[in-house]
Amino acid sequence: MYRYDELDRTLVGERVEQFRDQVARRLTGELSEDEFRPLRLMNGLYLQLHAYMLRVAIPYGTLSARQMRMLAHVARRYDKGYGHFTTRQNIQFNWPRLEDVPDILAELASVDMHAIQTSGNSIRNVTADPYAGVAADEIEDPRITAEIIRQWSTLHPEFSFLPRKFKIAVTGAPHDRAAVRVHDIGLRMRRNGEGEVGFEVIVGGGQGRTPIIGPTICEFLPKRHLLSYIEAILRVYNQLGRRDNLFKARIKILVQSVGAALFAEMVEEEWQHLRDGACELPVEEVARIEAHFASPPYEALDPHPPAFAARRLGDREFGRWCRTNLAAHKRPGYAIVNISLKPVGGVPGDATAEQMEAIADLAERFGFGEIRVTHAQNLVLPDVRLGDVYAVWQGLGDAGLATANIGLVTDIIACPGLDYCNLANARSIPVAQRISQRFAEIERQYEIGELKIKISGCINACGHHHVGHIGILGVDKKGEEFYQITLGGSGDENAALGDIVGPAFSYDAVVDAVETIIATYLAVRREGEPFLATYRRVGLAPFKERLYGAH
Amino acid sequence: MPRTIVTANRLRDGEVVYLAPGGRWAERLVEAEAAESEPDLARLLATAEQAVRALLVVGPYEMPVERAEGELRPLSQRERIRALGPTVRADLGKQAYQAAVRRSVADVPV
Repeated sequence: MYRYDELDRTLVGERVEQFRDQVARRLTGELSEDEFRPLRLMNGLYLQLHAYMLRVAIPYGTLSARQMRMLAHVARRYDKGYGHFTTRQNIQFNWPRLEDVPDILAELASVDMHAIQTSGNSIRNVTADPYAGVAADEIEDPRITAEIIRQWSTLHPEFSFLPRKFKIAVTGAPHDRAAVRVHDIGLRMRRNGEGEVGFEVIVGGGQGRTPIIGPTICEFLPKRHLLSYIEAILRVYNQLGRRDNLFKARIKILVQSVGAALFAEMVEEEWQHLRDGACELPVEEVARIEAHFASPPYEALDPHPPAFAARRLGDREFGRWCRTNLAAHKRPGYAIVNISLKPVGGVPGDATAEQMEAIADLAERFGFGEIRVTHAQNLVLPDVRLGDVYAVWQGLGDAGLATANIGLVTDIIACPGLDYCNLANARSIPVAQRISQRFAEIERQYEIGELKIKISGCINACGHHHVGHIGILGVDKKGEEFYQITLGGSGDENAALGDIVGPAFSYDAVVDAVETIIATYLAVRREGEPFLATYRRVGLAPFKERLYGAH
Repeated sequence: MPRTIVTANRLRDGEVVYLAPGGRWAERLVEAEAAESEPDLARLLATAEQAVRALLVVGPYEMPVERAEGELRPLSQRERIRALGPTVRADLGKQAYQAAVRRSVADVPV
């Protein structure tokens, strides 16, 4: 994985000292809160419902075991012993003290981590396929692209005060695990007729109060033009994006208002001034970054080790976990191991310091020391020998991390909601907990099959409810928590926004409503038909009928 | 006017605090001073502004409360959770060490 050079290290170190000075000036009153707020937000520090919250960047969701241990250390020493992995592949600490934050950032900097651009109207942490570099279906490793964008965008003076925040996601595989159609810019690797690799460029997707599936403005962008073309997009947005209305300031509003075709022309025109200029990627620099992402020293392994097969058959619990939590690796004899952070009745995305350390140990012993964070709030060990999978599973089990539910009904995305967040209108986490308890029985989860439930506690949609197969949005109705349900959303290569099924349900009724929806699906589905396919075939009507018909 | 108290976050550590009699900032909502008239509320808000300038708290604001069973209680779900802690982690926040607060917000469904 990428390791900081002197330039990166100096930059992050300087930022820590600047922020230490800013905090000191705040605590002595030299800076007012109005003066300090933009400075703390540039360092990922929010003031939330109960306390300050520090959001730490995990570039494209890639962590080393050493970095994970540092996160555990921060959780234990400066917070309350846990962290929350987010849908942006970052981690949040919910209880840091302002006066400790400079020390926390200094500790993070010692392992090449920081909280820069995790907030504010800047280019945020670039996200990517969590299976980057190891997926069997990958064209090229998207981490190289993501790292190039990270370096280009870090403290970019022209783009530090955009009209609004800006999120870029990259996938190198045709199966989109990075939700590129619901980002400000989505980059999707593809090959042209000559077999060259480039990008399909998608602009102006997003969730929030105006959800939009982003349109493609460039079918094939050669790799060398990556930065100049993105810079052209950012320039058009920076100039024309609305600054007068917070709710209309994202690039998606601009793209919708002028139309994707005209927007593409505007970018093209701007690009003519930039292409083949200072932003063209030098071959040597790309090669230098690529070298950081060279494959680890894989061994030539038996693609079907008999011991693994025997364990799978002989140990029922292990067999179940393998069924959901393993994914195909590009190398024979290896597996991608998904670690569910969704125990039944647990808080989606939370991990204790002890669990983080256990994962770091397993990554070092069995996985070349690397860990990924997924936008579904789970973790991944990307390179595990099939022969070691049983030992990894046992280790995960000892740490309470062997939940076998990836992609199933209990693998729920939930934002922090009103339990932690200042913006929330309703709680998300306890709804997720109650749904996972209702469907805890594993055979029932298998029976239901692939089903993505996503819950947000407000219209900002951090819980990605718009693209949930079943999306749940918490709303406030005269001081009471209600939940609006959408059906048929999807964040993958067949991206779609969910349709509102009808009037919202109370906190007490929402879990029954989800159960009714699932019962309806089971009743009308065809043999082997997943929930989303059934919904796309039958539409809202049968669900509406079952949910509201009696009233 | 509805019974109203003033709340904020403590600058140094972010802890949720409530303006109590004598200009003290209490961690427990039940200790807050409730204003029942506009002049009383104006006095509390002025005290809070002084506390901002004195670097004690950030972002003070007024919030309505009710008095039940002799204790002040928040009216909104948001303020109930803020006074107590996350409903999903009884071991965190004020609820972890304040049985009195727990009684005052016992109607929060968990």
